[in-house]
Amino acid sequence: MSELAFFIDHSRCIGCRSCVQACEECDTHKGVSMIHLETVERADSVQTAPQVCMHCVEPICARVCPADAIKQTPDGVTQSSLKPRCIGCSNCVLACPFGVPKYQAAIDQMMKCDYCYDRTSVGKRPMCATVCPSQALAFTTIEEIGRTRRGRPIRRWVFGDEVVETKVYVMVPEAVEEVRLDLVALSSKAEPAPAPPRAPHERFDVAALLEEEPVHGR
Amino acid sequence: MAKLPAPVPALVERFGPHAQRTPPGGWSARGAPDRLVKTHCCFCGQQCGIELAVKDERVVGFEPWEDFPFNQGKLCPKGVKRYMQDQHPDRLLSPLERVEGQGFRELGWDAALARTAGEIQRIQGKYGRDAFAVLTGASLTNEKAYLMGKFARVAVRTANIDYNGRLCMVSAGAASKKVFGVDRAANPWSDIPKAEAILVAGANVAECAPITTDYLWQARENGAKLIVLDPRLTPIARTVDLFIPVRPGGDIGVFNAMLHVMIERGWIDRRFLAEHTTGWEEVERTVRRYTPEEGGRIAGVPPSLIVKAAEIWGPARTSFLLHARGIEHHSKGVENCLAALNLVLATGRIGREGCGYAMITGQGNGQGAREQGQKCDQLPGARDVENPEHRRHVAGVWGVPEESIPHKGLSAVPLLEAIHDGRIKGLLLICFNPMVSLPDQRFIGEALEKLEHFTAIDFFLSETARYADVVLPGSLMEEDEGTTTNVEGRVIHHQRAVRPPAGAREDWRIICDLAARLGAGDKFAYDSPRAIFEELRAASRGGVADYSGITWEKIDRLKGVFWPCPAPDHPGTPRLYEGGRFGHPDGRAHLQPVEWRPAAEEPDEEYPIVLTTGRVVSQYLSGTQTRRIGGLVDQYPQPQCELHPRLAAKLGVASGDYVKVESRRGAVVVRALVTTTIRPDTVFVPYHWPLTRAANNLTVRAIDPVSNIPEFKICAVRLAKAAPPADELSRLAPEAGGVR
Repeated sequence: MSELAFFIDHSRCIGCRSCVQACEECDTHKGVSMIHLETVERADSVQTAPQVCMHCVEPICARVCPADAIKQTPDGVTQSSLKPRCIGCSNCVLACPFGVPKYQAAIDQMMKCDYCYDRTSVGKRPMCATVCPSQALAFTTIEEIGRTRRGRPIRRWVFGDEVVETKVYVMVPEAVEEVRLDLVALSSKAEPAPAPPRAPHERFDVAALLEEEPVHGR
Repeated sequence: MAKLPAPVPALVERFGPHAQRTPPGGWSARGAPDRLVKTHCCFCGQQCGIELAVKDERVVGFEPWEDFPFNQGKLCPKGVKRYMQDQHPDRLLSPLERVEGQGFRELGWDAALARTAGEIQRIQGKYGRDAFAVLTGASLTNEKAYLMGKFARVAVRTANIDYNGRLCMVSAGAASKKVFGVDRAANPWSDIPKAEAILVAGANVAECAPITTDYLWQARENGAKLIVLDPRLTPIARTVDLFIPVRPGGDIGVFNAMLHVMIERGWIDRRFLAEHTTGWEEVERTVRRYTPEEGGRIAGVPPSLIVKAAEIWGPARTSFLLHARGIEHHSKGVENCLAALNLVLATGRIGREGCGYAMITGQGNGQGAREQGQKCDQLPGARDVENPEHRRHVAGVWGVPEESIPHKGLSAVPLLEAIHDGRIKGLLLICFNPMVSLPDQRFIGEALEKLEHFTAIDFFLSETARYADVVLPGSLMEEDEGTTTNVEGRVIHHQRAVRPPAGAREDWRIICDLAARLGAGDKFAYDSPRAIFEELRAASRGGVADYSGITWEKIDRLKGVFWPCPAPDHPGTPRLYEGGRFGHPDGRAHLQPVEWRPAAEEPDEEYPIVLTTGRVVSQYLSGTQTRRIGGLVDQYPQPQCELHPRLAAKLGVASGDYVKVESRRGAVVVRALVTTTIRPDTVFVPYHWPLTRAANNLTVRAIDPVSNIPEFKICAVRLAKAAPPADELSRLAPEAGGVR
């Protein structure tokens, strides 16, 4: 049996914010949640997306930190910045491809999800994945995921030329092996790219469902 | 005489709701707990296991209880934050009595109880026994629900006792009793992941029963096809196989037409129907005219969606139906459920592993609290108050003459109507907040103002308790011990984590003291909730909801016991109807033919839009508790009106604008949320807020003729863009009914 690992399945998320409410209960970051729950586009959908730290094998946040304030544990967990070292420059905030670290102005320090190190280092599950009602956040073994879930867990990401491998897995359809995101269009200063096709969102227009043959569903 | 004793802002300033945002003493003061108490969430019918962290005899936090089988550590945001009630600054710590024009002043317990008992006797002496009413709630433990029923019948001797489950489970319960002879979910939740086809009808599972989501997703991982019926594309509907955006009140069109298609295609288990049911022929005859086109016309959806639903449901080998308030909160709520149950029985898929159905119980003890005799028509053990044999059994347990037990009284809405028209003059209320939760709020307020005497028992001063003459400070769930019965029919044990704060008392002690002052002390001489449970066991013996073989120790050992459990060595009954044996004396299920009929108030030219109401995940019922917890308030601070962009365009409204939603009965001004995830002919406003933010200002005071549930899910409204409200009430904090 392999070790327990973290899996995110966006198709399960119901946006209840249990993860957020539970995360802020932690006594190490009292009242501030380290998990981000994004509402993707409420005007068109109820889709939400939880974002914990993906715990990159080679953490970009640590690499770009000029103060060497971000440390990785031997078991691959990237910690919040060290208070005596953090200079609050927000390099990590800008560099993280997943948008995880946040600069907390009140304490002049970067804080981020640390895999509930106080819990996981003693064999407990992280708080968010324990309480998650939909188990969109799950902490279990890769064998158990293979046995109980459809789709494929991946942890390889391609952002332009940058390949990122992470400790945390995301569930994707069986056919997908890695997630590629071409950043060229987004960073171009030239003419803004034409609006992306709206088809996926329009699937969630109830008015369209009432008028046409159903196209909603998987 | 019970107009508000002071202006609302003054009452809010002293009694809240105030949003508590930190644990007692602040985040830094918490430290390691002295102990963890394995108990259950106080909120919805899922009754999740949770460990409450106690330090210095205060509840300071929680830990997930991962070994409890139902939720295995999972909690919704309400469960996560529930602990913040315990040391809440709004807690009532002394009895209060109203002072006209000033609000409330503190009063000693002896004086408060004497005044309440005296008023009960005065009103009953002057106007008759039934002129004093008792209203209770389904968030009470089984012990307290039992006690309230007995208190009303034995100490007050009024017929008029009912409870807020009248707004919740009565349509489902009445349908289940008619068809199966038993009012309980037929299956444990562990059957859900084993079903090949799942139909979720009128249940916003993600927000109202979040823990059930994982059961649905497990089924999907196993290959199940999921169908959801809802006027809104809810979070679970987003990724299901078939979402049918049914018009509010159109569900029977879908159910009957699905059955029509299943008959045509031969997906009917005729052998099961012949051997285990009655009434099929008439059902078959009835649905003959419900073609997919006719069903689609009624339901306001393309017929192809109904055919697809039948194609998923019909040929499946195993299946599970789940329904909730979306189909039940109608003046035809019972009929909606009956039509849904026909789909279960026609396929013979019930009483087996992975085959069955459940109503998703809403309130914490929504199941148990309707079995212990606090409904106007029931005695303990889910017995019938009009059945002579049932009356004799209960009279024997209570040690009273059978003829002294009052007969059937008024249910909640007619009871408020009787207060309004002066037939009922006095009220004792516990665990119920009609000034948020009942339809047609203006009428309800008028009724409360007419009471000659009103005593409220509550731990916070609810919007309704503001009208009281006497307020008695009661206890939170974690301050007392007892049992509840969860959504599956599993009886579970709530442990006491701490004692009530000084000045407040356990609810059962308050009731027993009142009973003694009414001259019935010998019938209420309990020394503990356990003693009440022991009597409840005896009272339920031989009833449908038989708890007689359940002990608190057995619950702890087995992590819950499913009723019926008729003997000490009986293991309990997780799955009902095994072998096709149903609860009626003939052992058969009784199918009921159902014809669709319109709602009490359909849209017209003057009020052209359908309003449907419901809940959000971060609030619970009338919000008395959850509007006092900062994290939950901040998640969804104030009600929003969800409307489709097509309707919004006609009104010139954008997301974030204020809209005035108006019905024949009242209005609210709330912010708009423009989204494509709702039908263009329907708007949605959640109901957890009071005053000029109360969705129930709009709803219609129409009830189902059988269950007496109010029609919360459909009334006619009109909308217009509005200026940001700036009146005194709007300037209150959003948790108190203002806007942000």
